[in-house]
Amino acid sequence: MRLLLVLLALLAAIAAPPARAQDEAAAREALAVLAAGNLDAMEPAIGTIARSGVPWAEPVLRGLLDGRLLARQADRAVFLRTPEGAILEVASGAPAEVEARALRPIRINNRLRRTLEGALGSLTLASPDRTVRLAAAEKLFARPDPSALEPLEAALAREADPAVRAAFARARAAVLLDHGEPGARAEAATGLAESPSPAVLGKLQAARRALPADVDPATVAALDAAIARVETRLRLLEFAQTFFQGVSLGSVLLLAAIGLAVTFGVMGVINMAHGEMVMLGAYATWAVQQAFRAFLPGALDWSLLAAAPAAFLLAGAAGWAIERGVISRLYGRPLETLLATFGISLILQQAVRLGIGATNREVVTPSWMSGFVEPVPGLALTTNRIVIVLFAVAVFLLLLALVRATRLGLEIRAVTQNRRMAETMGIRTPRVDALTFALGSGIAGIGGVALSQIDNVSPNLGQSYIVDSFIVVVFGGVGNLWGTFLGALTLGVVNKLLEPVAGAVLGKILVLLALILFIQRRPQGLFALRGRAAEA
Amino acid sequence: MNGIALSRRWLLAGAAALALWAGPVAAADTIKVGILHSLSGTMAISETTLKDVMLMLIEEQNKKGGLLGKKLEPVVVDPASNWPLFAEKARELIAKDKVAAVFGCWTSVSRKSVLPVFEELNGILFYPVQYEGEESSRNVFYTGAAPNQQAIPAVDYLMQQEKVERWVLAGTDYVYPRTTNKILEAYLKSKGVKPEDIMINYTPFGHSDWQTIVADIKKFGSAGKKTAVVSTINGDANVPFYKELANQGIKATDIPVVAFSVGEEELAGLDTGPLVGHLAAWNYFMSVDTPENKEFIEKWHAFIKNPKRVTNDPMEAHYIGFNMWVKAVEKAGTTDPDAVIDAMIGVAVPNLSGGYSAMMPNHHITKPVLIGEIQADGQFSIVWQTPGLVVGDEWSDYLEGSKDLIADWRAPMSCGNFNVKTGKCGGS
Repeated sequence: MRLLLVLLALLAAIAAPPARAQDEAAAREALAVLAAGNLDAMEPAIGTIARSGVPWAEPVLRGLLDGRLLARQADRAVFLRTPEGAILEVASGAPAEVEARALRPIRINNRLRRTLEGALGSLTLASPDRTVRLAAAEKLFARPDPSALEPLEAALAREADPAVRAAFARARAAVLLDHGEPGARAEAATGLAESPSPAVLGKLQAARRALPADVDPATVAALDAAIARVETRLRLLEFAQTFFQGVSLGSVLLLAAIGLAVTFGVMGVINMAHGEMVMLGAYATWAVQQAFRAFLPGALDWSLLAAAPAAFLLAGAAGWAIERGVISRLYGRPLETLLATFGISLILQQAVRLGIGATNREVVTPSWMSGFVEPVPGLALTTNRIVIVLFAVAVFLLLLALVRATRLGLEIRAVTQNRRMAETMGIRTPRVDALTFALGSGIAGIGGVALSQIDNVSPNLGQSYIVDSFIVVVFGGVGNLWGTFLGALTLGVVNKLLEPVAGAVLGKILVLLALILFIQRRPQGLFALRGRAAEA
Repeated sequence: MNGIALSRRWLLAGAAALALWAGPVAAADTIKVGILHSLSGTMAISETTLKDVMLMLIEEQNKKGGLLGKKLEPVVVDPASNWPLFAEKARELIAKDKVAAVFGCWTSVSRKSVLPVFEELNGILFYPVQYEGEESSRNVFYTGAAPNQQAIPAVDYLMQQEKVERWVLAGTDYVYPRTTNKILEAYLKSKGVKPEDIMINYTPFGHSDWQTIVADIKKFGSAGKKTAVVSTINGDANVPFYKELANQGIKATDIPVVAFSVGEEELAGLDTGPLVGHLAAWNYFMSVDTPENKEFIEKWHAFIKNPKRVTNDPMEAHYIGFNMWVKAVEKAGTTDPDAVIDAMIGVAVPNLSGGYSAMMPNHHITKPVLIGEIQADGQFSIVWQTPGLVVGDEWSDYLEGSKDLIADWRAPMSCGNFNVKTGKCGGS
């Protein structure tokens, strides 16, 4: 029995990583420093732990970065919480018997966060998890650490995955660029220029500035060539980026305006409460998300899909009620309609403010809509914007199909083109009016689902879009869905092209001025509506 | 006999009940306090909370027996985020309701709009929000931060702790950000920052499409020098701004954003996970660990009947301002404006961050400056704080027209813009 124990102890000693006893002691001391919470003393302590080679260095530092390293106030003992919530002893990794309430996460600041990321970068290069290795390479690229060069080259030599290899090579080039011999720097610069991005340009420029005066001209030339190459590529990418931003702004305008294209464009009702339909849609998104949080927390990421029909129904029902209750009594009296709907918009805003609260509501962006994708290195397109562009196009096509190909669409067109004739053909025009208005409002509500992802969910949400919506519909041509589509995209792209030159405030003013001139020249907008309604 | 005694007792009880019931009705026996905060319109999001906190403070004071033996009576009006309406409502409060003091306003433009009314009718206004300075009125007490109590310490922190060399000054296009940025630009240049390392950007109120600006910031920040954003972006525009930052992958460790108008209340509408590490500079955070603050938060939660509601800096400013006013009225023994205005100077009351705030002769107060980092739970972790209290400086030392000006409302100077060079009261 005893023999077995000794054997086990021996085995454990062999299996233990090469941490010397004094390193382990130093690391434990550093751990106590972390628990004390003095931000200035923590930085060297992190370095001590990272260099100590103790097996718990990586989980502890990662825990500290993620806010999962806990300290007990009474005796400054340190514990680690797993992402699942279990509390572990730091050294052994065994579950700890402690009262969770006595533990507080150790707080850090940005400087320590950077130190930790650097330290973790070299610690995790050998991780079996591909994404961890990629992240480690990213971190080393952002914060090149000369001591990481050796582990980086070792990691590069054994790496099989091409994407990770490329990331490692980039990180290695970044380290060499900052700390290598002149020849190595030139080679690193040429290599980095293959993947142009603002970060690479920044690194190259900094390296160029840092070159000593007596360096050989070949290195200088190589760096200058690399900088020039990256700059040219970036200019091209920048144009592509601006264009995408314009399309994305256009799609937001489209979502806000497309409902109005139905109520104002097709029916001719000046509906000042249109923005509030968008707002109701955004609040419906919030409510659905709260319901998911309570009943289906696992599917929270997909609550937006359920929110779209909910928003359509809520805003549609509100629109139906407004049409039946107020607007239908005011047909033929546009000024009174304008004032009445303006009143409704104020009532709806204040009702939400009093009923739900004046403060913003939090709508969580699902993980599949967070972050950005890089189709080409250096061209970062944010995922939520891409999703919104696609969503806007889908909503537009659906509406177009509905108006073109369904019975309701046929009736809508018939009533708007010639109300008397439609009536004599047996179409119940009041019902069609109510349904059309409900449809327009419902689509505005769907727009609210998308806007909840990029804007405030607050009672004022609709107000900021109402003017833009009218501009889009008038510019595109009243009564024409395609006009609204092209109008929104044109305005978005023009706005974004002007913004870097003129600034956000002046850019908006210029666009408005151009629009006024355009409407003077062409009062009917981009696309004129032909037929009897146009003359009426 | 028995019957008579009983009925007499009933009569007494009845009279007592009547007296109790009549108590609050006797309007002459109350001191009226005006609350001038927007409860509708764009600013309702921020100002509604301040109305609630004032009601709580007044209720509490009444529980302690009121003021000068009288009960306090709040008079709430709604200026509806409409600047001219602020002036009308202020006139109504002072002239018609005869309030002893008014607590109100949020935006600088609303303060500027009520200023002539308060000076004309000799009212007292307590203004609780951080602002751009360049003003000192006899009738206004500024309990929020002046630029030297918020913006300049924040920039110092970034320079020293984060070693920032390039600066983006991003703001909403109106008087507060423009003046603050002018002061900051002059300050940065005096510290040796080159003009090409400063980028200034203004956006309209409620700006929601931040793609271009955030991409510009990203580009500006990748020039190899440590970059930070100093944000005077106000109100609703902050949420889409932070969302865009998170989506474009700008982390606080790369380009930290320090904000002067983002507090706990604004973060309540946001998923703060991707924002961890971005900064804010205030004179108070809900996470301040003092017994006074704990008590204040408990009272607030009990009053508002919602344990999730947060507290923020302007709420503390009202807490300080209200207690100062109570003390000054007790000191003066009357609510007469002239007596109270004179009694206010030198009054010191506890603030919520563990010290005392005092009213200075320039009608600004002393406060500590705290820098906090956003945490995943929507709270701030305090990473730095000034060693002592900072005195509010109404006329900035970094602007041409105002560096020679001081304000001192004590006799015999009694001047809000005394020029120390010319020795005259009345501007530059």
